[in-house]
Amino acid sequence: MSVNNLLENWAQFRHFHPVDDKPHDPYKWAMSIDLDACSGCNACSVACYAENNIPVVGKEKYAHGQAMHWIRIEHYWDEDIGVPGGREFPEQGAQFLPMMCQQCEAAPCETVCPVGATNHTADGLNSQIYNRCIGSRYCSANCPYKVRYFNWYDYPTTDNVWPETMTRQLNPDVTVRSKGVMEKCTFCVQRLNAAMSTARSEGRKVHDGEVQTACQQACPTNAISFGNLVDPESRVAKQWARQQVELTKDKQTKDAEPGGSRLRGYRILEELRPYPSVMYLERVRESAV
Amino acid sequence: MEKDIRENIAWAQINKDVLRSLEAPRPLYWVILLVALAMVGVGVGCEIYQYQTGIGVANMNNPHVWGLYIATFIFWIGMSHSGTLLSAILHLMHADWRKPIYRFAEAMTTFSLMTAGLFVMIHLGRLWQFYYSLPYPNERGLWPNFQSPLLWDAMAIFTYLSSSIIFLYVGMIPDLAICRDNMHPGWRKKLYSLLALGWEGTDRQWRNFRVTYLTVACFLIPLAVSVHSIVASDFAMSQQPGWHVTSFPPYFVAGALYSGCAAIISLFIILRYVFKFEEYMTLSILKKTSRLTFAIAMVWTYLNAVEFASVWYSHDEAAKDVLIQKATGTYAPFWWMMIFCGSVVPLMLAFKRFQANIPVLFAVSLLLNLGMWLERWMIVAPTFSHGYYPWAWDHDQWPSLVQWGIVFGSFGWFALLFMVFCKVFPSVSMYEVKEMVYHRSLALKNGETAEEGVH
Repeated sequence: MSVNNLLENWAQFRHFHPVDDKPHDPYKWAMSIDLDACSGCNACSVACYAENNIPVVGKEKYAHGQAMHWIRIEHYWDEDIGVPGGREFPEQGAQFLPMMCQQCEAAPCETVCPVGATNHTADGLNSQIYNRCIGSRYCSANCPYKVRYFNWYDYPTTDNVWPETMTRQLNPDVTVRSKGVMEKCTFCVQRLNAAMSTARSEGRKVHDGEVQTACQQACPTNAISFGNLVDPESRVAKQWARQQVELTKDKQTKDAEPGGSRLRGYRILEELRPYPSVMYLERVRESAV
Repeated sequence: MEKDIRENIAWAQINKDVLRSLEAPRPLYWVILLVALAMVGVGVGCEIYQYQTGIGVANMNNPHVWGLYIATFIFWIGMSHSGTLLSAILHLMHADWRKPIYRFAEAMTTFSLMTAGLFVMIHLGRLWQFYYSLPYPNERGLWPNFQSPLLWDAMAIFTYLSSSIIFLYVGMIPDLAICRDNMHPGWRKKLYSLLALGWEGTDRQWRNFRVTYLTVACFLIPLAVSVHSIVASDFAMSQQPGWHVTSFPPYFVAGALYSGCAAIISLFIILRYVFKFEEYMTLSILKKTSRLTFAIAMVWTYLNAVEFASVWYSHDEAAKDVLIQKATGTYAPFWWMMIFCGSVVPLMLAFKRFQANIPVLFAVSLLLNLGMWLERWMIVAPTFSHGYYPWAWDHDQWPSLVQWGIVFGSFGWFALLFMVFCKVFPSVSMYEVKEMVYHRSLALKNGETAEEGVH
């Protein structure tokens, strides 16, 4: 336990601003979500609960805002609905936005964790180490998207979260989290690791489409695409390139064009410089869902 | 000008009066102790329940992950500042009037830090793993995250707490020797003999004592400023609107001195009555303390105005929205209450007739502290209900009784520690009061000689 050990560990631990960072090689996991295709059906959320052993907290705790939906479908209504003098019914339905951890490259949650329980991985994920977490909840306080969920209770031992007969439906590849730790979307890291391990043993890289996240797999309209941004042939890399959204920019060049850009790609709260890994495609459809 | 202290108190009388406080307080002492004990009971009960069940019983939720615990933590850290102000800063400035009251102010520092330290732990989801945040050597080579303001917090508080315990103790050594020499054999005598470290009052001992005391005082002042600046960094270093404010560190330090001074007034009045210290804790000293409080209140008000103005005229829409939410949203009653208690009530202290009026001052000091507690809550909570992301807006959240119970219990815990301290150790510094009496009689004598010279 010397100072050297501290400095060496610390150097590995530190992650620099993505612009100065070493390039991701061979993987950088990223996502793009087409809001035009999203019908707000919540299948992604259900799939996520099943895949990641997320506790179903029940009506009462849901009402207290203690739900654990790693991916949530947000509803946004026209601004004049339900306000005095506004319209009673919207002309079109709610607009939906699936929101999950954006796996930021310069994640605000990572720097503030007192114990270093949340870190950046070499393949561009924002990882959460449950064993290390002490539950200070600073990460969630500093998350601009509020996509971190805290285990307010010991759900595995709480009645009706997973009734006795249902414990066998739990995914054996994913930890069941105990009370007092923070958790969030992992981009289905267990699937990524399995795919990378297979690929490594066969001496190749993971093909595009070889690994899917649970939400992507469940999406009936194919709104979610997921893949390796380093591989220029992957679907997600092509989408990002087509929309001229660049990972290491806090302001996209296309948006600075006079008259604005007609491209649909954007990242949420990009101006705060967390460099999120999820690109959204703006909704252009006029009709109701 | 009234006298801070009577110049003709005999030194033996000082010893007698202070030592009497260790053995025969007024009955109110026992009432306070019992009430404090009951309050601690409530707090401990709530904490046991929360520990067993999970922090969810505090009724925090997913966007609102911080609640009263963090707010009350800042409150207690803040309260600890005035002890250092009175004992260290005013010591360096040779303000004689601090002498009868600095001992209890210093004890207040120590015990409020201990209370604040508890809140850091109570807040944690996994209290039993709190030591992960300490940089202790371990076989896995794991270190805490040195970038995190929470870690700086843990270190700053620990340093400040240990230094202020040393300061409190060092300043007490000559008095402990007096206690040792005047007590009947028993546990007290044994305790004081041990703690007095063989103090005999020789010249050499006094010289070493003065140097040590001054050194610790000088060490403590930058610490006091840094510890609350670091608490402010918890917020200022984050990215959230309403927290990401450059002026937070001085604002927090001013708020800390403010609530600390208000607490000193409350405790001054209680101790003066309970331990019959009317002769030492004089109204003239109370007047000086209330003037000091008034000055700090105005500094705090000014810094508040600076914060509002810089947010209002900035182009930071999100921060502006948070400010508007504070003044008009769910938390508006508390926010306006904070403005009222923090900036309007202290105006009472500007009037001479209230500056030494005990009932008025007691009420005012409690209101000031209420205002300062609300201030901390209004820093923590509104940002969660109106941050950057629209999904998190307007999720109503109200702390549960468990959360309130623990906050309530912390006041009992503080009162318990403080009252026990005042009964076991002399809460008025005997040797410094003697110095003060001596200085005063010397000044009077010089005045007389000077007058004679004129004639």
